[in-house]
Amino acid sequence: MLTTLFRIIKYGFLGFWRNGWLSTATLSIIVLALLVFEGLIIFNVLTNGALDVLKSKIDISVYFKADAPEDDILKIQKSLESLAEVKSVEYISRDQALVIFKERHAGDPAISQSIEELQQNPLLASLDIKANDPKQYSIIADYLGNADFKTSFEKVTYAQNAVVIERLGKVIDTAEKGGFLLIIFLTLIAILVTFNTIRLAIYSSREEIGVMRLVGGSNSFIRGPYLVEGIIYGLLAGIFSIVIISPVIYFVSPYIQIFISEMNLWLYFKTNLLTILGYQALFGVGLGVISSYIAVRKYLRI
Amino acid sequence: MIIFQNVSKIYNGNGSQLAALEDVSFTINPKEFVSLVGKSGAGKSTIIKLLIGEEKASKGRVIFQSYDVNKLKHSELPQLRRHIGVIFQDFRLLPNKTAYENVAFALEVAGRLQSDIEEFVPQAMEMVGLKDKMSNFPRELSGGEKQRVAIARAMINHPDVIVADEPTGNLDPINTSEIIRLLLKINELGTTVMLATHNKDIVNSLNQRVILMDMGRIIRDEQRGKYALV
Repeated sequence: MLTTLFRIIKYGFLGFWRNGWLSTATLSIIVLALLVFEGLIIFNVLTNGALDVLKSKIDISVYFKADAPEDDILKIQKSLESLAEVKSVEYISRDQALVIFKERHAGDPAISQSIEELQQNPLLASLDIKANDPKQYSIIADYLGNADFKTSFEKVTYAQNAVVIERLGKVIDTAEKGGFLLIIFLTLIAILVTFNTIRLAIYSSREEIGVMRLVGGSNSFIRGPYLVEGIIYGLLAGIFSIVIISPVIYFVSPYIQIFISEMNLWLYFKTNLLTILGYQALFGVGLGVISSYIAVRKYLRI
Repeated sequence: MIIFQNVSKIYNGNGSQLAALEDVSFTINPKEFVSLVGKSGAGKSTIIKLLIGEEKASKGRVIFQSYDVNKLKHSELPQLRRHIGVIFQDFRLLPNKTAYENVAFALEVAGRLQSDIEEFVPQAMEMVGLKDKMSNFPRELSGGEKQRVAIARAMINHPDVIVADEPTGNLDPINTSEIIRLLLKINELGTTVMLATHNKDIVNSLNQRVILMDMGRIIRDEQRGKYALV
């Protein structure tokens, strides 16, 4: 049993080595397919990052009349927080609003002076509401429209930005769905390319497989070395594709950061290297073994 | 012991039926040397394919030792084949294995120990006169040498029968007589040999049992036969 396993593994490696050219060609195609797969992972990370940034920039603000009691505002905050659609509610009091305003315009003496000259704080208290999903802002807006303390509202920003928020919501939605479809499509391509490449490689040894049957080889003994070769293809392709893509990510990462400042692709890649490598190897090995298994089966009928 | 009982083999090819064998019966006893002769398409190769389970008979029974070949499952065929050494006209060596590995392969599939392999393979290679070419690949060997490797592979398992399908078809006269000499030697050591050929000189020089075939039927079966077409 152990001897047989040893022989299978030995012949797997020998077959890979002695079919040098064929193995190299097969391997390079699988590397290309895995690069597509890798590109997908990165694309996914990028779009998710970009969409998160976009989502975090959308919110609804409720401004309260200057004489609205703080208790009422806090009660409204509580009731909003209990809604399923609401992700967070931030209370900004009039004083805080003033501080933020001053900070923002610290470099503009005209504005800071005119603020100083005002005897009282001209700014209003507000609640900044963020939804879990951009589509839910209209629900939150409806809720606010029917709230008990509606009389103390000075204004709700949703009414002004409704069109933009809705449109952004649709864009984000489409991007997520489109990204998902693209991922499925490209994954399918990667799988098909790898599968057919391995099938072609094994096609070239179809006569050998027949001969092995005729001299008394059992199916598992004949198939074994090809499965081992499939594992070698998968592992090597996984490692090679990572080696190829690393410098690309390293050089591209700063440019991406210009567009999405929150996104450090290189750091992400570095911290998740082992996971990515693991997925790659799993994907490659799984695909290699399954492809080999199916491809060999056809020639074992003798 | 090989028994063919009223065996027919009919190939179904797009609408038409082609009878490769029709009602063939014969028995081959242990240690016999039998030549199967006839024109191309007479049915010689079909008999061999039926014996090693490469094809299934349409009618009749094919019996080898305790095996009823027609009834064997796909997964049981390797067992049968380890008792039969087969030699082909086109050698059918594994191109990516050395001569040594090609011969060793027949032992490996039977799950034999590494120590057995290291002992028997060089002996077999020596018997066919290729001990110095053990680590060569088939592409580095001549036709005659390839066929001798194939013979070493066929006999390494000490099979009960060696079946040779036109083993000299691709070889020159000198290599031909060398291959036949080897087959006779194997037969002397107690192995049944079944030789399919259309080489008149070989058959006449053997002076052994001859089964003559034509159009899928047995025409003549003589204990000390000569090659003569009808």
